[in-house]
Amino acid sequence: MLRQKIPELVCPAGSLPALKAAVDHGADTVYFGYKNDTNARNFAGLNFDQKAMVEGVRYAQSRGRHVLLAINTFAQPGRVADWQRAVDGAADLGVDAVILADVGLLDYANRRHPDLRLHLSVQGSATSYEAVNFAHREFGVRRAVLPRVLTLAQVELVIKNTPVEIEIFGFGSLCVMNEGRCWLSSYATGESPNTVGACSPAKYVKWEKSPGQMSTRLNGILIDRFGDSEPAGYPTLCKGRFEVNGDTYYALEEPTSLNVLEILPEIAGIGVAAIKVEGRQRSPTYVAQVTRTLRAALDALAGDGERFQVKPAWQADLAKVSEGSQATLGAYNRPWR
Amino acid sequence: MSQGFNIPRFKLPAFVAKVGARLPQWPHAIALTTALNAAKKLKLLPEDSLAMLEGRSFFVDVLDTGGQAHFTYRAGLFRPLFGAMVAPDLTFRANLSAFLQLVARQEDPDTLFFNRELSIEGDTELGLMVKNMLDAIEWPRLPGFHLPRLPNFRH
Ligand code: SF4
Repeated sequence: MLRQKIPELVCPAGSLPALKAAVDHGADTVYFGYKNDTNARNFAGLNFDQKAMVEGVRYAQSRGRHVLLAINTFAQPGRVADWQRAVDGAADLGVDAVILADVGLLDYANRRHPDLRLHLSVQGSATSYEAVNFAHREFGVRRAVLPRVLTLAQVELVIKNTPVEIEIFGFGSLCVMNEGRCWLSSYATGESPNTVGACSPAKYVKWEKSPGQMSTRLNGILIDRFGDSEPAGYPTLCKGRFEVNGDTYYALEEPTSLNVLEILPEIAGIGVAAIKVEGRQRSPTYVAQVTRTLRAALDALAGDGERFQVKPAWQADLAKVSEGSQATLGAYNRPWR
Repeated sequence: MSQGFNIPRFKLPAFVAKVGARLPQWPHAIALTTALNAAKKLKLLPEDSLAMLEGRSFFVDVLDTGGQAHFTYRAGLFRPLFGAMVAPDLTFRANLSAFLQLVARQEDPDTLFFNRELSIEGDTELGLMVKNMLDAIEWPRLPGFHLPRLPNFRH
């Protein structure tokens, strides 16, 4: 029987237990970051110190899995050396690839470590094959992660016109803005993912409990208010409910999670090389739950091919860990562009 | 492979909390701080994260048992706080089943939080730090004690 070629499953690790959970539950590849602002999930207590990195790389590679190191923020003025050191550290660690967004850093990595495999981060915001091919020609980029704003047809167009492997998001919280270009968090707090490595940093967030409701504030700005039985969302500006022309609603985005289970055959069919799970800020439990579900779905696709069917149990497992407990296909099946 | 056990979602009847709240609360704080100090001694808690807890006060409220623990971290030790309540820097509130699911890594804290089964009040950054610290703990595999594991699809 002809087995369908299935995309590689790339899972997040914010801690060593999360990395082991991903590997144990069937991730082909895990990605992680340093404990500093060289990565876009720079939260207190999260991420890897040197010791944990060495152990994580050993754990994954000894089991035949790959490890990617995300250095996906933009080098800040006067501190470029910190980002370059992070790249040097990745080469020393022997990771399978680094995920970079900053053009200057891509250039540095390409010149200094010609053997280090480079992936273009979603933060690099390459949305066309011209942009992807530019990164390939200039810096030898081997894989690009496409932003979550393209339709499946657009993803296919990119794949057909580039030698670079294409990775897309398969599951996780949505960040609606063209990745790498959103400044909402900076507007409210002066800090954003591209500068300090965190959207809506926790020190600006206040959850205020009062009888019957909870209010979320970001640097004093009221983002949302939930009744006691209403599900809550992340405290980012894009997910707030605001008053627009007298109506209060999710003016920018509904708090939902992306979930591509339904279109997995199409994704594999157009030749997507890898699907990525969002969530380095989530716990090992989340990583285990999402990884085993997607593994089961991908293995079913490999075995069943055209007869592939989404199992309700998979959807239920993923719905449970979703933000806002609802799922969407995001831009992938959008009729308009 | 052992499938472990599953902690169901449950809520104890209201009278339990009423009785529980009338019992002295310091044994909970002592039990909890003793456990945390033991974990620290086993080097399960990362030093850099611990340093950020210095002098902060914490309050754990188990809603359906009425059990409460108020404690702090000072000079390298977790210590119960007695007597007059100052407003804690960080408060966790949930029913017993949610706390158990959290500790056993059966449920994800963000999931419990989104679903409003876990409430975190106070200093948000401190809360995130504590959450990430708990997530990063590598529980030792003690003989005869198994944390529940999720079934593995890959053999
Ligand atoms: S505000 Fe929303 S869209 Fe913008 S970076 Fe943050 S999560 Fe993404």
